[in-house]
Amino acid sequence: MSDVFERVKKIVVENLDVEADKVTESASFIDDLGADSLDLVELVMAFEEEFNIEIPDDVQENIRTVGDAVTHIKAHVS
Amino acid sequence: MFDLSGRTALVTGASGGIGSAIAKSLSEAGAKVALSGTREGVLEEVRSGLPGEGVVVTANLSDAESVDSLVGRAEEALGGGLDILVANAGITRDKLLMQMKPEDFDDVMNVNLGSYYRLTKSVVRGMMKRRHGRIIGITSIVGVTGNPGQANYCASKAGMIGFTKALAQEVASRGITANCIAPGFIESPMTDVLPDAQKEALLGQIPSGKLGQGSDIASAAVYLASSEAAYVTGQTLHVNGGMAMI
Repeated sequence: MSDVFERVKKIVVENLDVEADKVTESASFIDDLGADSLDLVELVMAFEEEFNIEIPDDVQENIRTVGDAVTHIKAHVS
Repeated sequence: MFDLSGRTALVTGASGGIGSAIAKSLSEAGAKVALSGTREGVLEEVRSGLPGEGVVVTANLSDAESVDSLVGRAEEALGGGLDILVANAGITRDKLLMQMKPEDFDDVMNVNLGSYYRLTKSVVRGMMKRRHGRIIGITSIVGVTGNPGQANYCASKAGMIGFTKALAQEVASRGITANCIAPGFIESPMTDVLPDAQKEALLGQIPSGKLGQGSDIASAAVYLASSEAAYVTGQTLHVNGGMAMI
């Protein structure tokens, strides 16, 4: 599962139309990558599809950075 | 006039007067329609009368699980994601407030407004992905004007209007519109049984001098579902013969 970050990065680059080098573990979706709350919902939907998992609403609320997403996805993908 | 070819639609309350008229008009415009309601036999009859393709998916809107699964079942039966949702189902439990029991209030709010929340929530996800969607809530003139004996119903219908405005703002950037249609007095089995004196009094309040038809509401729904209405969102279209001008 070491490629989780790379797969997340690819989705973020495509969805938010940002430069790949801006997508770091510590990058905040909203503050650094220009996402709005609806973009975040769509990103989570895309993660769910890519990794075939379901990310519960209360977990979604805690996903602020790219690293948060990677951590949660790793925890959900066995 | 408006072409809905290749579009799919779900109409709730499709066995009733207004719901069946909406289903028929969407079908005439080319949409493939899923008919939902509790009475399977009546829904089958409506389906067989459609000019185009249609499917029947039963649902009891007072049952949360049944509502939550409805969009998925409709999409499966239609063989694709939903483009158009017409939330038309509703119930009444008319009583003066002084006589209204908590369950009279809760049932009406739950079926009319609660199911609207559940249905729109489950349909909007796919619409966001596809960057296209039309959500149409059938509310009522009394949600805006009030009506004695219907505090619960009026609250639920006014609630739909506010809900739709919030939803419209949330999803507008994704090519999804959300609007309401507010019918006035529409000829139906419900209005047929009114005493003549009451009918006369009613007609006196309607400048066009007649009750509306289901097809009047259906035409409004076809417009709001069309590509031509892409720039119309968060609105309530009043179809009432001039009975209230808002």
